[in-house]
Amino acid sequence: MTAKPPMLEIRDLHASVEGNEILRGVSLTVRTGEVHAIMGPNGSGKSTLAQVLAGHPAYMVTAGSVHYDGKDLLDMDPEERAREGVFLAFQYPVSIRGITNSYFLRSAVNAIRKHKGLPELDPLDFLQVLEDKLKAIGWDDSFMNRAVNEGFSGGEKKRNEILQLAVLEPRLAILDETDSGLDIDALKTVAEAVNRLRGPDRSFVVVTHYQRLLNYIVPDYVHVLAEGRIVKSGGKELALALEEKGYDWLKPASVGTAA
Amino acid sequence: MTSIETQVLQPYKYGFTTDIDADIVPPGLSEDVIRLISTKKGEPEWMLEWRLKAYRHWLTMIEPTWANVKYGPIDYQAISYYAAPKQLPRLDSLDQVDPKLLETFDKLGIPIAEQKRLAGVAVDAVFDSVSVATTFRAELAKYGVIFCPMSEAIREHPELVRQYLGSVVPTNDNFFAALNSAVFTDGSFAFIPKGVRCPLELSTYFRINASSTGQFERTLIVAEEGSHVSYLEGCSAPTRDENQLHAAVVELVALDNAQIKYSTIQNWYPGDAEGKGGIYNFVTKRGACRGMNSKISWTQVETGSAITWKYPGCLLQGDGSIGEFYSVAVTNHRQQADTGTKMIHIGKNTKSTIVSKGISAGHGQNTYRGLVKIMKGAEGARNYSQCDSMLIGSECGAHTFPYIDVRNSTAIMEHEASTSKIGEDQIFYCKQRGLSAEDAVSMIVNGFCKEVFKELPMEFAVEAQNLLGISLEGSVG
Repeated sequence: MTAKPPMLEIRDLHASVEGNEILRGVSLTVRTGEVHAIMGPNGSGKSTLAQVLAGHPAYMVTAGSVHYDGKDLLDMDPEERAREGVFLAFQYPVSIRGITNSYFLRSAVNAIRKHKGLPELDPLDFLQVLEDKLKAIGWDDSFMNRAVNEGFSGGEKKRNEILQLAVLEPRLAILDETDSGLDIDALKTVAEAVNRLRGPDRSFVVVTHYQRLLNYIVPDYVHVLAEGRIVKSGGKELALALEEKGYDWLKPASVGTAA
Repeated sequence: MTSIETQVLQPYKYGFTTDIDADIVPPGLSEDVIRLISTKKGEPEWMLEWRLKAYRHWLTMIEPTWANVKYGPIDYQAISYYAAPKQLPRLDSLDQVDPKLLETFDKLGIPIAEQKRLAGVAVDAVFDSVSVATTFRAELAKYGVIFCPMSEAIREHPELVRQYLGSVVPTNDNFFAALNSAVFTDGSFAFIPKGVRCPLELSTYFRINASSTGQFERTLIVAEEGSHVSYLEGCSAPTRDENQLHAAVVELVALDNAQIKYSTIQNWYPGDAEGKGGIYNFVTKRGACRGMNSKISWTQVETGSAITWKYPGCLLQGDGSIGEFYSVAVTNHRQQADTGTKMIHIGKNTKSTIVSKGISAGHGQNTYRGLVKIMKGAEGARNYSQCDSMLIGSECGAHTFPYIDVRNSTAIMEHEASTSKIGEDQIFYCKQRGLSAEDAVSMIVNGFCKEVFKELPMEFAVEAQNLLGISLEGSVG
């Protein structure tokens, strides 16, 4: 498994928002086809890491480097990262009034296809692609003609993120607390879809607060983030230890309790 | 400036000037100037009298100041009230039209030459003070539809013009309407006879070219019993440092069971980023639903002008008549818009719908001002109003002034309003899916305006798309 080339290489990454340093030297290597879980208490920097990788303008990278397929990820605009195959499933997806999900998704697919030098899909071609993807993850098309996330329940929004993941076929998928706000049935549905999307060419970074999600999406590696640093890494059994003991035993003593 | 704002604040694309010999009356306004205009137009005596009456009344009036807009005083003596490209007398063949004019309209995307005409749309092209060409007239005549320049209608169809001109917007209606009545030069006249469904979209394109002039056009559309017509109006002007006045009057008359759909894409020069130059667009538009179950629908997309002062309204006189107003108003840079509608319910069971979308960016100020009035005899009247504002950036403003005056207790009124802001988070979400910032803003604005855009005829939806830089795919139809 380790023979695969690294897809994502994060080296000593520091990032801040509004002058507050949140990430204080994160290093992580994700190889092609691997699933890494990032766990940690609230305020540890998990979501910041996800946002920084996607290029959110509110976060300032102050030191360190991130390479994706050997290219400098931090040098790329957010849309360029997306077109190159980096996908973020948002914790809080925004809504867009008056634009249907299917139109939004087709625009996104075509932006990516254009980047790859492929012809754009017309609405009929896209409908076929969409149907195939829905079938692959076992969902129906009930919300494709509703406006993007407008009036969606929490569960519907999370499902919509995973559907976008399925259609956009990223190489690197980052799931930011995809389990938050989901009841157990919704969690299982979402996790099952994610599992179907796993493959030898696609890597996942799964950010979560609870071990629960990892019962369904079983990771290859688990990392614990605290105070903006990875303080412990291990296999999937680490998640179970955290479930039992909590996070406190892993915290760097010098820094005190996290907010 | 945020990335969103740079995307929205795109340069004006129609600011070129056509170099053409023009017959321009020296600046100034007097009875002599009005007589001169009337003579140049070859008008009958009654028309001149009508103008002079309006002028004399205008002299007694004061420019309105209640609108939520700020501008310096207008010197009405510094404006030239007539400018016409020098050319041969108007003939039926377009071969006689100056190629420079054909080229100008070509550049604006309004081809009027035979071989390039827009399919399904008859166009009246107005350049400064005169109509230079009207397409598809013979085809329309087969159906009894009259579509010609107003100055020609005054000469050729005086009985119709005398019957309807000023019957919806009287010469003394307001300051700018009175001024227009005194000095109007051209515009379009359309008459749809009883029972005819107009086979083509009718369209007028207004182009201001000469400097230091005002454009005062007058449009009159009459739809007889059971007839239907869809009319489109577009406009643009060169980029100039000076402010130019555009004071138009549009009157619509719908008799029993007639329907008029009036769509406008207003793209007058808006001035530069510092607010220098631009058109003052002070317009009176009103439709009278005179007959039973008649319907008048206004759809406007207002992207241009330094200042917009405009309230297309409906007088719902006939029982069961319907008035509609769908509006998108965009203010960028230092643009100011005070726009909305007036729905006056007079007949029984009359209905009106108002959907207004205001978009403010840069330092733009956008005001919705609307009046819904239910008269005593308007038993069972209904109104639905929706006013939504979108802010892009933090220096702009959105204001809403809804006036409601109900004098019949059976009326049902609904009013909804919302204000939202395009956020960096929305843009980032779209970018994370691979869309450019430009496409993201287009998409968000497009979605916001969807309810209005879907009211536009297909031919105009494309133009709206070009103007706002908005993809309409998925929102039209």
